Amino acid sequence: MAQAAVEAKRRGKGRDNGSGEAARARLLRAYHDMLLIRRFEEKAGQLYGMGLIGGFCHLYIGQEAVVVGLQMALGQGDQVITSYRDHGHMLATGMDPKGVMAELTGRATGYSHGKGGSMHMFSKEKNFFGGHGIVGAQVSLGAGLAFSNWYRGNDRVCLTYFGEGASNQGQVFESFNLAALMKLPCVFVIENNKYGMGTSVERASASRDLSKNGAPWGIAGMQVDGMDVEAVHDAAEQAVAACRAGKGPYLLEVKTYRYRGHSMSDPGKYRTREEIQKMRSERDCIEGARHKLEGLGVDEAELKAIDDAIKRQVQEAADFAQSSPEPDPSELWTDVLLEG
Amino acid sequence: MATQILMPALSPTMTEGKLARWLKKVGDEVRAGDVIAEIETDKATMEVEAVDEGKLARILVDEGAEGVAVNTPIAVLAADGEDAGATTAPKQASPAAPKPSAEPAPAARPPATAAASPEKDWGPTAHISVREALRDAMAQEMRADDRVFLLGEEVAQYQGAYKVSQGLLEEFGARRVIDTPITEHGFTGMAVGAAMNGLRPIVEFMTFNFAMQAIDQIINSAAKTLYMSGGQMGCPIVFRGPNGAASRVAAQHSQCYASWYAHVPGLKVVAPWSSADAKGLLRAAIRDPNPVIVLENEILYGQSFDCPTAEDFVLPIGKAKIERPGEHVTLVAFSIMVGVAMKAAEALAAQGISAEVINLRSLRPLDIGTIVASVKKTNRIVTVEEGWPFAGIGAEVNMQIIEQCFDWLDAPPARVHGLDVPLPYAANLEKLALPQPEWVVDAVRKIV
Ligand SMILES: Cc1ncc(C[n+]2csc(CCOP(=O)(O)OP(=O)(O)O)c2C)c(N)n1
Ligand SMILES: [Mg+2]
Repeated sequence: MAQAAVEAKRRGKGRDNGSGEAARARLLRAYHDMLLIRRFEEKAGQLYGMGLIGGFCHLYIGQEAVVVGLQMALGQGDQVITSYRDHGHMLATGMDPKGVMAELTGRATGYSHGKGGSMHMFSKEKNFFGGHGIVGAQVSLGAGLAFSNWYRGNDRVCLTYFGEGASNQGQVFESFNLAALMKLPCVFVIENNKYGMGTSVERASASRDLSKNGAPWGIAGMQVDGMDVEAVHDAAEQAVAACRAGKGPYLLEVKTYRYRGHSMSDPGKYRTREEIQKMRSERDCIEGARHKLEGLGVDEAELKAIDDAIKRQVQEAADFAQSSPEPDPSELWTDVLLEG
Repeated sequence: MATQILMPALSPTMTEGKLARWLKKVGDEVRAGDVIAEIETDKATMEVEAVDEGKLARILVDEGAEGVAVNTPIAVLAADGEDAGATTAPKQASPAAPKPSAEPAPAARPPATAAASPEKDWGPTAHISVREALRDAMAQEMRADDRVFLLGEEVAQYQGAYKVSQGLLEEFGARRVIDTPITEHGFTGMAVGAAMNGLRPIVEFMTFNFAMQAIDQIINSAAKTLYMSGGQMGCPIVFRGPNGAASRVAAQHSQCYASWYAHVPGLKVVAPWSSADAKGLLRAAIRDPNPVIVLENEILYGQSFDCPTAEDFVLPIGKAKIERPGEHVTLVAFSIMVGVAMKAAEALAAQGISAEVINLRSLRPLDIGTIVASVKKTNRIVTVEEGWPFAGIGAEVNMQIIEQCFDWLDAPPARVHGLDVPLPYAANLEKLALPQPEWVVDAVRKIV
């Protein structure tokens, strides 16, 4: 606990939990970060439709509060790893929208020089470890990132994200056991958006409370409202603090919802439009934050300024991603192995 | 400012589609997120959502129009307050983009001149897609044998991630068409166990990339049990799904596993190209008392070929097909590369070089007899595969040719293959990494 408090202070965002300036500033920042992801993803969907982005492209629209709330509990040097639905995570870790968008269009200026695409981006600088296409594989890798913290004896924490569909993979349970056994500082985050492709969570998992999936190994778990960025942030603070204090892994089941199809070629016959519309109109994380901000006295003009700035930023990213050159053919042969 | 709404690309491999229905009419207000139209591709019907706001000023492509190319303007949206009639010269919504690379489109159907082929004549044919051929093969075998069932991710309610199992749930019910969670290692092991006890599972991998999660059960459990049990316990099971590159899905989703599985004693491995291959080989695989790997190809799913309609049509595993007879060089290919080899043969013919194209169909067992007979006639061989060269199918075929008819060779055996790198995402790099007909032509010209 003491350690967590020190940590929070070091990062200059102590939780005063009062209404005050800090809470307002925090929520404003969350609003900004969520909106940036939303607008970025809308633009990506648009570029896909124009044939500028190819292959698989999994949008994060609807789930923004999850990654934004969690990221706010992290400090310098903490790691993040996730699946192919990764654009939001990259923006939340502070990666440059231009570089992300340029990777989506397969250009030389993208984070992977055009060689990874939507599902495979990384940033050593931001401690973002990808971007993985094989469902469940990143969970063991996340345990390994946490292991590296344990091994080095530092107090860094790894956020390991995966879907509720992925949560059934065998290696997820193997990783739970390893992490609990070795008390690895790993926050396992199940982004339960109710569907893995066209299969609802009820049809894929016999477990009715995924936050208890680590219980046999004694992993503390919590269910979180993933449409409320402040709720996510509170849960994240608690989980990250426990990990930092050396108590071993933590499991968060964050209940969220994706508005768009699984990827771009999803006929969407497994759910009704009404279901989507209901979530959108009643639970949207960005609308929710906006209402709260208005309640805190943030005026229309300030919010409009944020909206406009993000629109410009995303348009710049899109322009950059379209005007950048394709990778040089010689890039085909680079990065296969290091000299050694 | 008016914007054009363009025909969207709704999947990695979509190049055109049918505009099935307009849900908005001229004059309607459109908000971002509104469904404005329905589009049908060969895979599915999809809804098109508006990304911009405004009033629908003009509809440029009528309902029911087929073969509408991606990026064709389909409607014009006028911004709020703008006069819908004044939008005669709408602004293009986007700067021109470099087109995503076009896939090598194999010749639509095998030429009728495959005279050298000892193929049985199966009578009348129908022009059907590879996707339909695979589905029909499963349906026919499931009707004939209650022990046969299908399981995998999204095979039932969703009708297959690539729509190969369309209609099977309706016909056979949830006992025999089973949706699994994303748990490849577990459900593969479960299916292998069921096969050991006499059932005949068909395991669909959404793609073979994901079978790597389960490869231990495929090799250590399915392939070796017959041997280890002294012949007591076999494993009649089919593992099938798309293999190899699709389009722009990057390194983890674009790998050819042909040589991986062909390496393993105790497995049979087939790799169909045409609809007839797909139907005939899958039926044989389901009936086979051994574990059979069926390496399909996503790009081929939508291509159509003539396929025998005979109720008892089946193809033998272990027999290659001469798709095009020739005199000067033997081209050996499988799966989508048969199309590439056929195109190359056509180009070579224009240059006075007559190439014989062998469609392997089966990789293990390998029909080396057909290849040897061909090489004894042409005295030259070029293998064509999408996978990596090291220890690949081409390496094996050429080695066997060296062992069996070295003295007939007038030139060193040659290989065309995917470049020895993980597959890149960028359109230009991806195209450079996968074999094109010109690569085959060049390889042939070096040795003829
Ligand atoms: C091992 C493996 N199996 C199957 C797939 C195909 N696939 C990609 S995403 C997905 C659904 C995953 O659902 P979930 O974990 O809930 O994540 P979400 O897409 O909802 O974010 C499937 C089946 C894959 N990429 N890897
Ligand atoms: Mg999910």
